[in-house]
Amino acid sequence: MNRIAIEKKVLNENQILAEQLRERYRQNGVLCVNLISSPGSGKTALLERTLERMDKSERVAVLTGDLQTENDARRLAKFGFPVRQITTGGTCHLDAKMIGRHLEDWRLENLGLEDLDLLIVENVGNLVCPSSYDLGEDAKIVLLSTTEGEDKPLKYPSIFFKSELMLLTKIDLLPYVPFSADLARENARRIHPGMEIIDVSSTTGEGLDRWMEWLKARQEKVRASLQSAVD
Amino acid sequence: MVFMHELGIATSILESVQKEAERHPGAHISKVGVKIGELSGVDRDALQFGFEVLVKDTELDPLVLELEFIPRMQRCSKCAYEFRMTDFDPRCPLCGDLATECISGEELDIAYMEVDE
Repeated sequence: MNRIAIEKKVLNENQILAEQLRERYRQNGVLCVNLISSPGSGKTALLERTLERMDKSERVAVLTGDLQTENDARRLAKFGFPVRQITTGGTCHLDAKMIGRHLEDWRLENLGLEDLDLLIVENVGNLVCPSSYDLGEDAKIVLLSTTEGEDKPLKYPSIFFKSELMLLTKIDLLPYVPFSADLARENARRIHPGMEIIDVSSTTGEGLDRWMEWLKARQEKVRASLQSAVD
Repeated sequence: MVFMHELGIATSILESVQKEAERHPGAHISKVGVKIGELSGVDRDALQFGFEVLVKDTELDPLVLELEFIPRMQRCSKCAYEFRMTDFDPRCPLCGDLATECISGEELDIAYMEVDE
């Protein structure tokens, strides 16, 4: 009997594709963010408010994932930016191959990465599986809403550990729900010390300026690193 | 939902073993070793079960999946002490500093395969 050392990632194929996507985003100066949360935490509502606030000249596109229906793409298409629905047909997460395929479809419609500054990926509503699949994104962003439990970060540590930013959504409902925002933040930072957290409400607009500024700052960073690579 | 996730992971492991088998014609792969980090988000029981179901339909049966659990370890940025993180407390047990960084626990890696030539 012979033992061969392998030392490669189980999701090696996905990882290779994700790295290729990451390189393409970098070369084109595109910021790609991957939004992850439980179903119903307000990913689509947040994106509606985000797109609404963007100038029509902004070069932004959205890929939105669900098991079934084109509902989210319809909701988001209203704002005039390119939106594609990825229906996974049962798979509980998006993978790099799906992203690549949809970018290719866009290319056939004459929309390439060189035409974009920001690509927002709305993952399938699920806190477990999306944490394992790298999509080549610059940052994972996790949403936790005030109608969930404050202990979600402790129950699903992987995604809170891997996300750079947590958006505490539906913050306008705080007076009506038995939810301690302090405890939720404390739990998130126990998993991920120093994690950035922004409180937002897609209903009242609270915190949306800070969220838009966060996106802008990240875009600046991507642009600056592209510029320094050119220089 | 969770189970579906582990089934996908099990499929990826099987595909890797199949690829490796093609590189060793005539050899029989009896075991595959996989490292599962505490932060990988993968349930070991579900993965083991999913793998056993899937492998039966392949020529690799009775391939054994051996899982090795990798705990979340932190290293203190101040005093360099390495410790197992328990109860989600990142504080260094030696010097009390909060600035500790994660050094393991994210693994989802194929470590080895055992081949009977």
